[in-house]
Amino acid sequence: MGSQGGFGQSKEFLDLIKSIGEARSKAEEDRIVIREIETLKRRISEPDIPKRKMKEYIIRLLYVEMLGHDASFGYIHAVKMTHDDNLLSKRTGYLAVTLFLNDDHDLIILIVNTIQKDLKSDNYLVVCAALNAVCRLINEETIPAVLPLIVELLSHGKEAVRKKAVMALHSFYRKSPSSVSHLVSNFRKRLCDNDPGVMGATLCPLFDLINDDPNPYKDLVVSFVSILKQVAEHRLPKSYDYHQMPAPFVQIKLLKILALLGSGDKPSSEHMYTVIGDIIRKGDSSSNIGNAILYESIRTVSSIHSNAKLLEAAADVIAKFLKSDSHNLKYMGIDALGRLIKLSPLIAEQHQLAVIDCLEDPDDTLKRKTFELLYKMTKSSNVEVIVDRMIEYMISISDDHYKTYIASRCVELAEQFAPSNHWFIQTMNKVFEHAGDLVNIKVAHNLMRLIAEGFGEDDDAAYSQLRSSAVESYLRIIGEPKLPSVFLQVICWVLGEYGTADGKHSASYITGKLCDMAEAYSNDEIVKAYAITALTKIYAFEIAAGRKVDMLSECQSLVEELLASHSTDLQQRAYELQAVIGLDARAVEAILPHDASCEDIEVDKNLSFLNGYIQQSIESGAMPYISENERSGMVNTSNFRSHDQQESGQHGLRFEAYEVPKAPVPSKVTPVSLSSTTDLVPVPESLYARETQQISSVGLASDTGSSELKLRLDGVQKKWGKPTYSSPASSSNSTSQNPVNGVTKVDVATTINSKARDSYDSRKQQNEIDPEKQKLAASLFGGSTKTERRTSTSSKGPKASAADRPQDSKAASVPNKASGEKTNQVQQPPPQDLLDLGEPTVTAAPPAVDPFMQLEGLLDSSNSSAVSNSGGAVANAPDIMGLYRGTTSSEQSGGGGYNPASGDNLNLLSELSNAAAVRGTTGATIVSPLSPSVKGANAKDSLEKDAKVRQMGVTPTSQNPNLFRDLLG
Amino acid sequence: MIHFVLLISRQGKVRLTKWYSPYTQKERSKVIRELSGVILSRAPKLCNFVEWRGHKVVYKRYASLYFCMCIDDTDNELEVLEMIHHFVEILDRYFGSVCELDLIFNFHKAYYILDELLIAGELQESSKKTVARLIAAQDSLVETAKEEASSLSNIIAQATK
Repeated sequence: MGSQGGFGQSKEFLDLIKSIGEARSKAEEDRIVIREIETLKRRISEPDIPKRKMKEYIIRLLYVEMLGHDASFGYIHAVKMTHDDNLLSKRTGYLAVTLFLNDDHDLIILIVNTIQKDLKSDNYLVVCAALNAVCRLINEETIPAVLPLIVELLSHGKEAVRKKAVMALHSFYRKSPSSVSHLVSNFRKRLCDNDPGVMGATLCPLFDLINDDPNPYKDLVVSFVSILKQVAEHRLPKSYDYHQMPAPFVQIKLLKILALLGSGDKPSSEHMYTVIGDIIRKGDSSSNIGNAILYESIRTVSSIHSNAKLLEAAADVIAKFLKSDSHNLKYMGIDALGRLIKLSPLIAEQHQLAVIDCLEDPDDTLKRKTFELLYKMTKSSNVEVIVDRMIEYMISISDDHYKTYIASRCVELAEQFAPSNHWFIQTMNKVFEHAGDLVNIKVAHNLMRLIAEGFGEDDDAAYSQLRSSAVESYLRIIGEPKLPSVFLQVICWVLGEYGTADGKHSASYITGKLCDMAEAYSNDEIVKAYAITALTKIYAFEIAAGRKVDMLSECQSLVEELLASHSTDLQQRAYELQAVIGLDARAVEAILPHDASCEDIEVDKNLSFLNGYIQQSIESGAMPYISENERSGMVNTSNFRSHDQQESGQHGLRFEAYEVPKAPVPSKVTPVSLSSTTDLVPVPESLYARETQQISSVGLASDTGSSELKLRLDGVQKKWGKPTYSSPASSSNSTSQNPVNGVTKVDVATTINSKARDSYDSRKQQNEIDPEKQKLAASLFGGSTKTERRTSTSSKGPKASAADRPQDSKAASVPNKASGEKTNQVQQPPPQDLLDLGEPTVTAAPPAVDPFMQLEGLLDSSNSSAVSNSGGAVANAPDIMGLYRGTTSSEQSGGGGYNPASGDNLNLLSELSNAAAVRGTTGATIVSPLSPSVKGANAKDSLEKDAKVRQMGVTPTSQNPNLFRDLLG
Repeated sequence: MIHFVLLISRQGKVRLTKWYSPYTQKERSKVIRELSGVILSRAPKLCNFVEWRGHKVVYKRYASLYFCMCIDDTDNELEVLEMIHHFVEILDRYFGSVCELDLIFNFHKAYYILDELLIAGELQESSKKTVARLIAAQDSLVETAKEEASSLSNIIAQATK
């Protein structure tokens, strides 16, 4: 290969790359790149640039753009280059346009013609280059221009072309499913292609098709199963092997497809059981790719109609994953557990400690995955622990995206499983306090409604207790600085409604607090609006109760300030407050009745109270009302449209003009036209009606402002179709689950006799003596009784096994031992001693670290030779390199099997893991001596490479010696 | 589906970017900035996966170079990890013990190789041999094109005009 190690570019370009590589700061780099852009701008527009030169300019443009700068001035030249007849240039041109342009770029239209021409080329390499571009650049509009050509290419002589054609159709399907829907038979045909590459590629579009609608493809189940079987039995050519695994990527894709096809379909699933069982049984859990297949099998098992045997096998694999030292495998294990838990909720029981370990792992990724799992297994018995954990974590992170996510999860769980009102309010307070600006406003409305309505019990005492506990907690929180706006709104509303309800706090105390709040957050108009309305309510309640209203001076000044506010809404509210205060008790009670926030406001949608008025108007000669449907004359379309409108309401972006407001509006302004008739449609009339309606809608907006509070509450009620948080339901749920848990515990750990589960309280007491972790496990999994009993039944066993572990013999400090046992506990009952040993592990941080240290120790010892030799690594490296070289050269001569032995990879891994340490300590020594020895496949080659590099002036600096380090060991 | 492939050095320098989903230039810079912050700061031995804006990013470090692929939430992380390794093995075979420097100076070749491996965000070929054969075919054609740049192809081109 001529390209090996050769740097075919000009000195100028190499210098550029070099100078950017040596740039000390981002600013310096930017300066260099900007200078380069100027140069390119000048050069590229010169006339008669030789092709070779032009090609390099385009590559330099690519480089500039890769570094994040704008190279759009050169796009047109890249497009031109695709027109070139020379394949060399054409290929560069296509590469550049695929990297530069998204499929909505204006220049695409200039390329389509060239692509069409190239797709017809005799040279399959030209066709391939064009197909690469097709996948990236052809958009929905231009699909028809190339589609027939691509369909033709499906039966091209070269498998590379067929494969890319399939992939191109796949990309079309993604962009516009309807464009290729008539070509499904072609995909089916390609599934039987002679070339495994084409078959493998065909699985991609089929996967998407089946994902969208599995039903038309049920007949393929047998074919997929037989393909998978053949692949797994090593029937594909050796070149598809990957680390001795037969075509793993194809296997995974097939498993994914089977998962879709078998989902909720018993007969189809039954076809798959054998082959999936075989794959799991033969699965190689020592290599990463083997685990990838195992994991995919678990996913498939959890998706198809369940089969006890397969579930058992899957559970075994999960156990292996969770027990592994690799974080990646733990992560996959947790994920798989989350999938399987829906089918067999008991499987989590045996892994509780492993799950807790993952939860307390310093690795965020793992932690989040574990939260995902906990979310799936939350029930009313463990909701408190889980939500507390989630909130704790939520407070500790700064990533807004995830914070929002986990906050909404907390809210959801709290609403569904809250054990008590008090807890619910406390939890919501915490969520609002720490992520208030990130949660959906609906959540706030939910909370207000809950406080207003209670959990649905008919106990008035509980109601008022709930409310006063809410009021108390808010009065406490109110003083804290910088509360989120949404939370303040809730606080204002609750204080307004219930602040004085239980008589504990005087009106002046509450109003004072409200005024303080409005003052402290004077930039926040919504909070101010809530505050002033709350004031109105409190005064109204006072007046209704027959007490005299003494307005605090600060309240007075607040009201005055708001009377002159720029916001009409605030003004309106302030005026309302003033008006209400001036009324007598009876009137006030009618306007703002006490504790009526959750009473339904009955809306007379027919507006029957206007009938008399309308009758009168019609009699005096007014035009009768013609409904909108009749006005437009097409009942169906308008129905359709209204449906449409609902949809657009959901999505948020609407592409049509806003429609005229509906029902109540016309009645208010043009009541004349209200009564319905079936008369013909006078067009001008409808226009007129629309106009007035639009005007009226403006008027209405201010209307809503005035009565906003009420309207909002109304909206709130509507938003909550089903009360999901009613605790009686959830508690009954949990009781139904409990016995199930009790029974299965017996299944899982056979040593335990089947006793009924202890009551929650007694369990808690027992837990007091347990180490922290077991407690947590118990509260999460509800399995404390089990661990408890385990402790008593067998105490010696695990100790022995712990001693057997090699780690322990290495470092026998006490915490290590504990952690060793901890991992064992997953299967083995913990000894009584654990209680003592467990004490130091309370924080869980030390044990999490220690196993690593042990592991590092192991690694170090096994690789120490490599590390210590690194200066003269030649001794060790060239052997492997030599072997490696051998295979590559034989490959060059005619394509022998390139099969990197697993040993090779192991080496790589160890080198990687050591890399950091090595660089840290011996960085300086590696620099020059190592580079010639490591570079290249053998000594000569590496010297050549090194010399070449030095020629160009790129010398390994101590700053970055790794440039020369082989990526693969 | 793979949304993008990213090669960043230990120092946060971009060595290769390939976008399979539409991103504007601005978004691209932002993605790179954010991700390099997240990934480069992760300790060794942690998961090779990062959950990021509803997607997952699978990364692996080879010497001083991080290979990252952004995938859907539903994809198989371990598989993608092996795709990365697959890519590196192919690069290694092509360049002959590939090192970061090879990719710096021959980044366009790395792109050509990637184009034979992934297409439209999906793995199109899992046989190293097939990929190598295709790249070799293209290279040999380029070689001959270089030699005959002024002769044959030009003559044909002119004749067909």
